[in-house]
Amino acid sequence: MTDTSTQPSGPVLAADGTPLKRSLNRALRRQKIRALMLIAPLLLFILITFIWPIAQMLFRSVENQIVSDVLPSTVASLADWDGAEGTTPGDETFYALTQDLMAAVVRKDHTRLGSRLNYETTGISSLFRKSGRKVDDMGEVYTDQFVGLDDAWEDPATWVALMADLRWVAAQSEWDGEGDEPAFRLNADAANALPKTAAAYQTFATTIQIEDNDSPTEEEPWNTVYLALYADLSADASTQVDGAQSELIATAAAEVGSFETEDLRASFVDIDEDWDTHDTWSTIKTYSPDLTNGYFLNAVDLQKTPDGSEWRPENEQIYIELFWRTLLMSFAITASCILLGYPVAWLLANLPMRSANILMILVLLPFWTSLLVRTSAWKVLLQDQGVINSLLVWIGVIADDNRLALINNATGTIIAMTHILLPFMILPLYSVMKTIPPTYLRAAKSLGATNWTAFWRVYFPQSVPGIGAGSILVFILAIGYYITPEIVGGTKGVFISNRIAYHISSSLNWGLAAALGSILLALVLLFYWLYDKIVGIDNVKLGG
Amino acid sequence: MTVMMTAAERAASKDNLIGFTMPITALLGAILGVLAGKAVGLGLPIGVLTGAVVGAVFAFVLARYFPRKLGRWFAVLTLGLVGFLTGSFGGFVAGAIAGAAIGWCAYWLFTGEYRKGVPPYATTGQVLWHNGFRLICGLIFFFLIAPILTVIPLSFNAQDFFTFTPEMLALDPAGYSLKHYEDFLTNSDWLRPLKNSLIIAPFATMISVSLGTLAAIGLSQSHVPFRQAIMAIMISPMIVPLIISATGMFFFYSQMGLWMESTFGISQSLSGYIKVILAHAALGIPFVIITVTATLVGFDQSLTRAAANMGANPTTTFFRVQMPLILPGVISGGLFAFITSFDEVVVVLFVGAAAQKTLPWQMFTGLREQISPTILAVATILVVISIGLLTTVELLRRRSERLRGMSPG
Repeated sequence: MTDTSTQPSGPVLAADGTPLKRSLNRALRRQKIRALMLIAPLLLFILITFIWPIAQMLFRSVENQIVSDVLPSTVASLADWDGAEGTTPGDETFYALTQDLMAAVVRKDHTRLGSRLNYETTGISSLFRKSGRKVDDMGEVYTDQFVGLDDAWEDPATWVALMADLRWVAAQSEWDGEGDEPAFRLNADAANALPKTAAAYQTFATTIQIEDNDSPTEEEPWNTVYLALYADLSADASTQVDGAQSELIATAAAEVGSFETEDLRASFVDIDEDWDTHDTWSTIKTYSPDLTNGYFLNAVDLQKTPDGSEWRPENEQIYIELFWRTLLMSFAITASCILLGYPVAWLLANLPMRSANILMILVLLPFWTSLLVRTSAWKVLLQDQGVINSLLVWIGVIADDNRLALINNATGTIIAMTHILLPFMILPLYSVMKTIPPTYLRAAKSLGATNWTAFWRVYFPQSVPGIGAGSILVFILAIGYYITPEIVGGTKGVFISNRIAYHISSSLNWGLAAALGSILLALVLLFYWLYDKIVGIDNVKLGG
Repeated sequence: MTVMMTAAERAASKDNLIGFTMPITALLGAILGVLAGKAVGLGLPIGVLTGAVVGAVFAFVLARYFPRKLGRWFAVLTLGLVGFLTGSFGGFVAGAIAGAAIGWCAYWLFTGEYRKGVPPYATTGQVLWHNGFRLICGLIFFFLIAPILTVIPLSFNAQDFFTFTPEMLALDPAGYSLKHYEDFLTNSDWLRPLKNSLIIAPFATMISVSLGTLAAIGLSQSHVPFRQAIMAIMISPMIVPLIISATGMFFFYSQMGLWMESTFGISQSLSGYIKVILAHAALGIPFVIITVTATLVGFDQSLTRAAANMGANPTTTFFRVQMPLILPGVISGGLFAFITSFDEVVVVLFVGAAAQKTLPWQMFTGLREQISPTILAVATILVVISIGLLTTVELLRRRSERLRGMSPG
């Protein structure tokens, strides 16, 4: 026995000689990795096809890049406008609008922007469509005068020589016509000397390259480029450029002073008087940032104004009421599920196994039956000429011309959804009641409690977890229901989900749909969190 | 089980008959009389009166002169005959049902069977409450099941109505027909959705089951980091309201569809199917995870170690040892996933195009636009399918419990 005491007290070794601790750790790590490898495919699948789409939807509820994408320089120049009541922005903005709108029309973006802003102020959609049709005539008066000075202004080659970077010219001439033409690059000197013209020409060149597969070497620039040239030259008559075009520019610069001009503001107002209103411009300015809380404000009946938010007019407020109605009706449905589910669960839990199993089928069959089947059954039963009304008329309880309005209102939704969600209440209640020993009740009674006291003071408190689990389950399910309210709810019995679906498929106001969805999601997650606190997600069970 | 009657009770049974059984059966008769009077066309008072008299007389005659079984048949046949004389076959069925009710009620009251569920010392109030409670529960069960059962006879309607016609109520064969079923099986408006449903649901189920089972096995290992968070993510498709999932998927899959079409050059219709299948697979996964993890809780991990000990590699162990034991859970998870996809409307409505129209989608449009009672025929077929599924899942659950009972540990 002295042998062991003399051995050095080193770490315990595994069979292969490594310290046991390290060996165990390695085994544990391998096990963890193996478990994660098994989980990984599904986790990735869910993250990509479910979590990511939802995150994208959440982002869409604040995303608002369209205004600054379509009207970049207008948005920039609107920064100078204070947005005071009764004023409209300066001429500079109208110049920017002309430039932006021209490119947008070629990209066919202006109608999209129009419908986006139309959600905020009605009439903007048609305003953009009308203006889009006429914007290519704007600045034509300058084109004519420049060309009148010198026919060279009409020649695409003049413009390329004036504006293009030499490397681009080289690359373009080497291009064999296969694939895409090299992307146009601006000459830095031109950009310095004629900043507006260069910007307008760059937009022109890029847009026609992308949208029409045309080359700037073959296309005469848009009128807006001449407009920009006029703006540059008239601002600084001493403008000079190097190279072959210097003479051309110098002549033009000398002449612009005597040019016939066009008032852009007047031209726009001529197309539509709305361009002269404060409302139009303040909407554009309000919605120019890339992120907006406008959709969320709309979703709670507010509207975004340049300096914060205000309530919508009384007759346009619908969403808060709709959220309220959704919550109230979900509460009503949950309450009626408790009322109907409790006795049944009690009966099932207290009957002998055999009869309980048979009665359980009556609960599980509706649970397994298609939602559409149950909804159509209720439509058949509840409608005006339906089974229930006909039966009541036949018995003589109600008059034929005074049939009960059971469908297309809140009553219909509550009845049908109570039926549809009742199994979700009965099953958790049943599984909780099954664990309450019947002897407790008997003990309470033998100690002198009345039936009611025994139930209320002894049995009921023990069944509360079941009520909690069932209620939250039913409530979460009810609050997001779409199909049943859509079919039996009419206009007074619909939920917020129906409004979301409407915005997705009919009004196409996707941002608002996303904002409403986000609020609903937040509500559900709140209740889900409660559920997790009270019951625990691991205790979710299906079908008995 | 016969109810034992004490001597005192037997002596009192005469009073019981006259003072208790007869009035209550008469009350039932009066209620039935209202309906009968209405059906035949007598006035309300005459119907009530006749019904009450019939009920009382039957209670007396049955309790006094007939043994139980014979008496009940007697009541059924007599009232059935009366019904037949006033209203042919439909009348016969109605009369027979009334007779059965009255016969059952008379014996139930007379033999004291109504006290069976309560202790002998219970007061009248307690007995009344006991039976009243059962009546309430019966009505709730009726509420649960009646809508589904109403659809079935209505689907055989010979008319294009969503309600019972007089011919149907009279049980006249001319009032019934299979024409809505015929329509379902010949109309391409219904056949194409059926085909789509049968394409989409199995593929979605396969994806959810294969990925879900693997992940459930992974989750049930003893050391999994972030188990709670992973579980929450995987269950989330079940928690998030469908309309929100559908909204998110609508944006995501419209981009993904375009991407698939431009990158892989697949046709619009194929990419449509892929989109819907992937979306449905995500929705079915929580059900697979939940059922399979529940089965794995009872799985004895030492079995896999024993298999490894005997030289089986992990794949063999999985397919030969683990899989057979958890198969019931996997199959019922798969059935849940299948029914989720087969039943699903909201997501397919948003993600799919008209070419991917499924059966529930077609039903939904039908219900909104009121096209035809063919919907009811489809509903009946779906009810039959769900009865089949329910039975399967129930049998699997029992089998799984049996297997678990047998496995060591």
